[in-house]
Amino acid sequence: MKAHRRAVVSAPLLALACIAGVVAPAWAQVAVRGETVHTMAGGSIADGVVLVRDGRIERVGPASEVPVPKGYREVRVKVVTPGLVDARTVVGVSGHLNQPHDQDQVERSTPMQPELRAVDAYNPEERLIEWIREFGVTTMHTGHGPGALISGQTMVVKTKPGSAASAVLIPEAMVAVTLGDSGLADEGRAPGTRAKAVAMLRAELLKAKDYADKLAGPEDTRPTRDLRQDTLARVIRREIPLLVTAHRSVDILAALRVAKEFNIRVVLDGAAEAHLLVDEIKAAGVPVIIHPTMFRAGGETENLTQEAASILRRAGIPTVLQSGFEGYVPKTRVILFEAALAAARGLSFDEALATITIDAARLLGVDGRVGSIEAGKDADLALFDGDPFEYTTHVVGVLIDGEVVSETVR
Amino acid sequence: MPFLCRCLGAACAAAAAAITLASGVALAQEQPHVFVNARLIPVGGPEIPTGTLVVHQGRIVAVGASVQVPANAVRVDAAGKTIMPGLVDTHSHIGGGAGGDGSAALHPDVRLLDAFDARSSSVRRALAGGITTVNVMPGSGHLMSGQTLYVKLRGTPSIDGLLITLDDGRIAGGLKMANGTNPLRPQGGTFPSTRGRSAALARDLFVKAKAYQEKVAAAGEDAAKLPPRDLGMETLIEVLDGRRTVHFHTHRHDDILTALRIAKEFGFTPVLQHVSEGWKVAREIAEAGAPASVIVIDAPGGKLEAVDLSMTTGAVLDEAGVLTGFHTDDYVTDSRVFLRSAALAVRAGMPRDRALHAMTLAGALMMKLDGKVGTLEAGKDADFIVLSGDPLSVYSRVEQTWVEGQKVFDLARPEDRLVAVGGLGATRGETLYAHEEDR
Repeated sequence: MKAHRRAVVSAPLLALACIAGVVAPAWAQVAVRGETVHTMAGGSIADGVVLVRDGRIERVGPASEVPVPKGYREVRVKVVTPGLVDARTVVGVSGHLNQPHDQDQVERSTPMQPELRAVDAYNPEERLIEWIREFGVTTMHTGHGPGALISGQTMVVKTKPGSAASAVLIPEAMVAVTLGDSGLADEGRAPGTRAKAVAMLRAELLKAKDYADKLAGPEDTRPTRDLRQDTLARVIRREIPLLVTAHRSVDILAALRVAKEFNIRVVLDGAAEAHLLVDEIKAAGVPVIIHPTMFRAGGETENLTQEAASILRRAGIPTVLQSGFEGYVPKTRVILFEAALAAARGLSFDEALATITIDAARLLGVDGRVGSIEAGKDADLALFDGDPFEYTTHVVGVLIDGEVVSETVR
Repeated sequence: MPFLCRCLGAACAAAAAAITLASGVALAQEQPHVFVNARLIPVGGPEIPTGTLVVHQGRIVAVGASVQVPANAVRVDAAGKTIMPGLVDTHSHIGGGAGGDGSAALHPDVRLLDAFDARSSSVRRALAGGITTVNVMPGSGHLMSGQTLYVKLRGTPSIDGLLITLDDGRIAGGLKMANGTNPLRPQGGTFPSTRGRSAALARDLFVKAKAYQEKVAAAGEDAAKLPPRDLGMETLIEVLDGRRTVHFHTHRHDDILTALRIAKEFGFTPVLQHVSEGWKVAREIAEAGAPASVIVIDAPGGKLEAVDLSMTTGAVLDEAGVLTGFHTDDYVTDSRVFLRSAALAVRAGMPRDRALHAMTLAGALMMKLDGKVGTLEAGKDADFIVLSGDPLSVYSRVEQTWVEGQKVFDLARPEDRLVAVGGLGATRGETLYAHEEDR
């Protein structure tokens, strides 16, 4: 049964002119006019127009300079932003029922499983995908989660309804690693300590390096194909990064140490104590997907600060936000709410919006297609009836690839 | 320097002169304190765009657009700020205490009072969120996990300084009950593994309590006829007599009706807690006259009973005539962002004034403390918060929290700012979840 939805207005706000009986084609022509258009590409436009054609942004500019061509359906809203990009979530893989059969984000039979693919675990019909889509999220980095030394791979996918393969932007994005208490195995099994976990990780990377070298070498020494080694070889070759969930300083530093030893790419995930290691992280040139602003403080995260994004970005460290993993209630956070509070804790409006749009897209390597409103990019838009960060504002519509995927007033 | 100033060590040299909010004296006991030029949200009446609040000896003396200001008052200029009543959180787990243990599903004798750590950083977090009165509860992993504790966050490091003593001498608090999935254990035994058994166990206990109550009544003045003292039974008699409120954790629509059915059978009206599917049975809740304290949370799911959770629940219940309040269930949600609950409820359709009522007076009514707290009204406790802006705006900060005329939280103080924002050393010894099933 679907949750009760209350529309603030009785008719859909997106008054798309439809000829009775004719289903709107997927590649429609739409002109979105916003009192404010936050392009995230060189500033906001007052009274701006975004022309959408064949799933792409055709043109964006002030209404005075961008006339609406004939045949385009006009949509008028207060605020337009790029569709939001959630840089780290487990939605679609960690289900909302929170029962054993719908929790696919971590598998604990063995501690290192980099070969597990997100696409093999992703449920595009999962309720929480719709939930975050209605709050403006159009692209997300999801898949295997924290809780094992190497839990598996992540992917970058659009929150489009349905199972279209075109929704997947990057099928093998990163390899999820967890260092610290939450990455340890159960009683009696390895890794049982931090040092053991790092030793195991390093040994596995050594094996992968050897495999990668042999793959590139003469035919007679080519190794037998191994899924696990294939994945880690990609990490060794710097094709994909390790996404390391680490909160304590000791664990963050271990991640940086391993990155340096193997000259691999690492992205810090969570990083509650990153604000205590600004110099080290900056020197390592490693980007950070900081924990949600409202993340609970306790245990490994006891020293977190709501001002983390502000502190790190001020130091020049590429930092974006996430909704992360939740083990209970709420089963997912909403990136819009987390960015909103970040905007009230040291980030400017534009910076906060960047952490959930263009900067997130850039970190994920999909900024060629999403993250800003620019001609040629995908027509992914989030429409609001006020300041997107005010809790009392609503999302009034969401477009992905030029299609209206949500008209729910949220 | 006057003796009083030396004692207090604060900037009380500015006795009669106007002083800014930033240097405001912490104690408003000896001299009246007047907050002028503030936007006032009394909750008990219309909002006052520019007004005056007078507090003295722990009480509110006057509040209004223009009020009589005592001659010797310390004047605090609150221009640009908003002052409203201290928030009332009717369901929280701050203080890190647990109630009943695994030995039984029903613990009417167990008291959260005996487990509450007043020095916990979670208590400071609540103050940072503008919360001044709290119903601190044991968990929901039992049918009856124990007696809850009503506290005023007066800022003292010992529990005794936070207690609320009722006119009859008892320490104020309720009784926590729960149904649905949390109290169920698959292996059963002393714990139920089905809903039918949950209800039967609870009813059985109340039947015993009624029998005990009758024995006590029959004994009259004759002490020899009294049954042996029983801590649990004595607590349940208070419930049957209407002298102790049952706070009933319940999510699913049918579990809500079961809670109401049991309560009706034994003649008490519970305060329903969480009420995730309350929107489905709003009429029934209203007919039962049961108040509802609602959790406002980011997404549905996380447990089967919360799958149909809706952000409209507050609005729907309020419209149906149910006394509706909000709570944090700290640390399920963070006390520091409690005001977010009101804003999200407004987002989902609740009128502004009703949402603010749900953060203050509604909770006070549910805890039967409305005579002392919940509104800015002459005679009530001087429990109020000073906000940098509108309470529903994400950009607003809780700048100060005052309890009974004492400033207990001040964002301008580094140690308080650390709690409000977090950082190295902000948190001590907190566990992330207070839910028993996460063992």
